[in-house]
Amino acid sequence: MLTTARATAPSRLATRGRPAIRRRTHPMWFMAPAFAILLVFFFLPTIFNFVYAFTDWSGFKSEIRPVGLDNFTDLASNGTLFRSLRVTVVYAVLVAIFQNVFGFGLAVLLERDTWLNRLARVFFLIPVLMSALAVGYIFQALLKPTGALNRLLGIDYAWLGDTTWTVVVVALIHAWKWMGLSMLIYLAGLKTIPEDIVEAARIDGATRWRTFWTVRFPLLAPAITFNVATALLGSMNGFDIAQATTGGGPARTTEILNIFIYRTFGQGLFAQATTMSLVLFLLVALMAFPVIYVLRKREEIL
Amino acid sequence: MNASDTRLWRLMQPAVTLVLVVVSIGVPLWLVVVTAGKSRGEALNPDLSLPSEWHLLDNLRQVWTDGEVLSASLGSLLVVVPAVLGVLLFGSMAAWILARRATRLNAVLYALAISGIVLPPAVVTVVLLLRQLGLAGTAVGMIGVYMGIYMSTVIFFVTGFVRTIPSSLEEAAQMDGAGPMKVFWLVVLPLLRPVLATATILVCLYVWNDVFYAFFVIGGRVDTLPLNLFRVASAGLYLNNWHLIFAYVVLMSLPLIAVFAIAQRKIISGITSGAVK
Repeated sequence: MLTTARATAPSRLATRGRPAIRRRTHPMWFMAPAFAILLVFFFLPTIFNFVYAFTDWSGFKSEIRPVGLDNFTDLASNGTLFRSLRVTVVYAVLVAIFQNVFGFGLAVLLERDTWLNRLARVFFLIPVLMSALAVGYIFQALLKPTGALNRLLGIDYAWLGDTTWTVVVVALIHAWKWMGLSMLIYLAGLKTIPEDIVEAARIDGATRWRTFWTVRFPLLAPAITFNVATALLGSMNGFDIAQATTGGGPARTTEILNIFIYRTFGQGLFAQATTMSLVLFLLVALMAFPVIYVLRKREEIL
Repeated sequence: MNASDTRLWRLMQPAVTLVLVVVSIGVPLWLVVVTAGKSRGEALNPDLSLPSEWHLLDNLRQVWTDGEVLSASLGSLLVVVPAVLGVLLFGSMAAWILARRATRLNAVLYALAISGIVLPPAVVTVVLLLRQLGLAGTAVGMIGVYMGIYMSTVIFFVTGFVRTIPSSLEEAAQMDGAGPMKVFWLVVLPLLRPVLATATILVCLYVWNDVFYAFFVIGGRVDTLPLNLFRVASAGLYLNNWHLIFAYVVLMSLPLIAVFAIAQRKIISGITSGAVK
């Protein structure tokens, strides 16, 4: 009792903004370590990205000279730039769709708190916790031409060797790994919807089906925003699953930007790797703002 | 849907759930366990059949030495523990000030600080920078890079949380003459427990399983569990040593399954509480 009485007076002063007091009680230097780390390990490399993409930095010679836009024109003229960009965007969009459809379906299926549903949720969370590399190897073994799936189906389709459809298969694997996370977030979203709204709709004579799609589904907007944005932007920055299943093949049709960066870096072609890293940065930055804006707008309408 | 449909669904739902779990999660995990138990010849073409004779322990023993699991575990711990503790401590310190001092400068700093949630890190040039700092290929460099990558996530979660807790407790301590260090350590940090639990789980998950950044920063010079899995698998795929690859996967997943079994409820509520407000 005593503490609250004593605390209210200064708290009103402080929130109204007394900079002198705040400076003493909340010193700015508390932010120094975090921003120092961000500066050295995040912002500086990003700035370097904008510099070294325009040089001939490589593992084969010691001096680094500026070369203008040569790296970009080289990558554009041999088709690598646009192919990698297209593959990355297609992959990200596919992952975002699959992961959300699976996650949403699972959340609706497992919504009631029965013991079986609780157990099932735990099982769907296992892939989320596993290493993505391990997930990739498991599916490589399952989907080999002589692998377990073909044996079961009695066919010999090369799931990971099709220049058109393999990118879809890899996106499905990526979605399989992360669908448990989307499921949890949709479940949390479903739980926040007040029971009386649903009740009111039902009393007004709405069927279960209609109540779901017109009342509950729109109220999930924040969960959808989070899930779509993280799936889309996360998979653009993906690497492990594509590397472990196909390594970018067949015929480089699953070579997302990070695989290209990893491969060219390993070959000592640092400038090309940096250029693609800059391209990825710009792609994510350009897509992040409209995606988040559009999804937020949808939330506001409600 | 009418009443009888609803009743039908109530009856069907457990069966559908069971089939889905078995097909989509059970089959892949089963494949791992049976293949890890097979001899090399039987595992050449991995399938769902039981091994004619279990070689699980032999295989585990072989990858334990081939994959240098012990040094890889130590390497992983050496990187993950300081990175996670550091990013949580420094991130919460910054987040506390960002949440409590709403100046225009801090609004800009906050926007900068959380930009890393969406923006991808510059993996190639970070190597160049680490070389200039003399940190290339060291655990310290790797810890710094991970802290730089996940600082944004921590600041985002913690700042949002600090804004929801009233500042009266802090002010009471200040009135009693406690300096900012004391207030932060004794009053603020304990209050942050729930959000720090969420952030710990997320950051641990990402850092523990990461190979991509580790390739660039420490590739080959410090062993970590995922890096060694990649090494074993790259050699193993060439020779079709699926039994060893999956034995390694089993070994690598054991600590994780143990942690999950103990803290399952905490992990689930931790992951969800941060995401949806």
